[in-house]
Amino acid sequence: MKSEKKKINTAKALIYTALTLVSLASLFPFYWMFVMGTNTNQAINQTPPVVVPGGNMGENFQNVLNSIPFFQAMLNSLIVSSSITIGVLFLCSLAGFAFAKFIFPGRTILFIFILATMMIPPQLSLIPQYFIITELGWLSDLRAVIVPGLMNAFGIFWMRQYIASAVPDDIIESARIDGCSNFRIYWNIIVPIVLPAFATLGIIVFMAIWGDYLWPLVVLQDQSTHTIQVALASLMDGRVLDYGMVLAGTFWATVPLIIIFLLFNRLFIRSITEGAVKS
Amino acid sequence: MAAKEQEELTAIGSPDENDKKPSKDPNKKPKKRIYSQRQRNMMSGYLFISPFYLLFAVFGIFPILFSFYLGFFSWDGLGPMEFVGLNNFNIIFNDPLFWKSIYNTIMIGLMGTAPQLIAAILIAFALNSLLIRMKTVFRLAIFLPYVTSIVAVAIVFSVIFSNQESGLVNQAITFFGGDPVTWTRSEWGTKIAISVMVFWRWVGYNTLIYLAGMQSIPNDLYEAARIDGASLRQQIQYITIPMLKPFILFTVFTATIGALQLFAEPQIFQGGARPEGMTVVLYLYRDAFGSNAFGTASAAALVLFFIVIIFSSMNMYFTNKIGRSSKVGVKK
Repeated sequence: MKSEKKKINTAKALIYTALTLVSLASLFPFYWMFVMGTNTNQAINQTPPVVVPGGNMGENFQNVLNSIPFFQAMLNSLIVSSSITIGVLFLCSLAGFAFAKFIFPGRTILFIFILATMMIPPQLSLIPQYFIITELGWLSDLRAVIVPGLMNAFGIFWMRQYIASAVPDDIIESARIDGCSNFRIYWNIIVPIVLPAFATLGIIVFMAIWGDYLWPLVVLQDQSTHTIQVALASLMDGRVLDYGMVLAGTFWATVPLIIIFLLFNRLFIRSITEGAVKS
Repeated sequence: MAAKEQEELTAIGSPDENDKKPSKDPNKKPKKRIYSQRQRNMMSGYLFISPFYLLFAVFGIFPILFSFYLGFFSWDGLGPMEFVGLNNFNIIFNDPLFWKSIYNTIMIGLMGTAPQLIAAILIAFALNSLLIRMKTVFRLAIFLPYVTSIVAVAIVFSVIFSNQESGLVNQAITFFGGDPVTWTRSEWGTKIAISVMVFWRWVGYNTLIYLAGMQSIPNDLYEAARIDGASLRQQIQYITIPMLKPFILFTVFTATIGALQLFAEPQIFQGGARPEGMTVVLYLYRDAFGSNAFGTASAAALVLFFIVIIFSSMNMYFTNKIGRSSKVGVKK
């Protein structure tokens, strides 16, 4: 009996130790970002190197501001990500509503078509899309990222599933009897019901767009239109790298996301796992 | 106004408490119905789904068809296009670098994802066996990397795997008596560094998915197994893994597709396209936007498309096969 208890305790201790090590490994790069971002380049390059935070963050960040329009880039990312998120939530819930609750010829085939488009790697259309954007005169214009970003097959699939299961047909029927138009039904009845789905899908979309790199890199060539990802990557272009400066920029670009994540961590984690489990 | 509405409502036979929200429908005048409800639903249906198809026509279908077209032309983006038949494919298939990019993509994909998925299962299993409070803290710590953008991850790891002797990993190597590695210029150094980035950013994501899966497994199963004297390893092997199959397949699928599209990590780590970290996407990006060879770049994009299709159908084939065999197992 006693040895059994002892065995369980050892197992527990082992699990806790392993998880603590994993967590530390997970957090270490953040710590390192901060250590490097607060030290001078000289301190970083000495042997043995610094392992504790220094006092050079101010100067490093000033150097960041001298090489990239940091705040402009953060603002650009915010504009792009929020407008796409809002647009996607609107368009996808509208389409999801139609697929879930309306009967029209071709509904199944049109829906399967949307699912099929999810299989196509975005890189296949990268080059022609670039020329379309050029033709539209949208190079170095945030619209180049926003407008194609509004097309989101996964979002339609997600909203269709949610609306089909969460909205009873009776509500729609009785609203019709009250004389509601279909759009009014969407606006006054569907939207309030699907708000939880908006939160989860919104987080998934926002995160994906915020972190997107290849497409903004291709179409946002002018420095003033860079998103934060493109701007950060351009810090690495120099021949002689000032690691203190580069990591100070990376640090301040990452901190807002971490704060938002910690504030809404339950919603975040639920969104990501639900997104995975549903599809 | 409200009274009038109420009157109307009663007239059509639904006298419920709608007058509580008179603002809900201000334009409720008796409409002349030109179309029947069914026709109006049809029109609304098409109208509501049309934005996607309009956008897809411009930014989806047309580019895809144009990619197929461009794959058979030589074009620098400015001058006239010249039909060259299969020559673009000839060029890339005779380019050792293109084959290297395929090799690199698959190699880094394997190195980055296979250990990651195994680690994620183990971590999820450990997390699942804990009490609630500590679990939350560990879960947050492990998931935090996923919140970080890929560019930020690539930058931090570029510094950790810096070529200089003072780089963190090189310091560790010299501490244990090894020689510092020129990470960004060495064949395996680059692949290891990039795999570590992929591993670090995604392991928490997969852990959470597995954890969600494990929480759906009833505890009785484990208890019964424990009473029968099953070891921890046996519990993982005979209960956890089989019950997790759909989740494992999902993560394998996403990881495969993600690995085939690898771009930001090598591009930032090596400061451009270099052979050691050249991936297929990097190859086509360099061809198109580095050397204005849009024809061969499109050919490379088409090859990537077919590779993705092959991997996706392989995935689906195995999904079906495993799905069937596990059903047979249940019957027994």
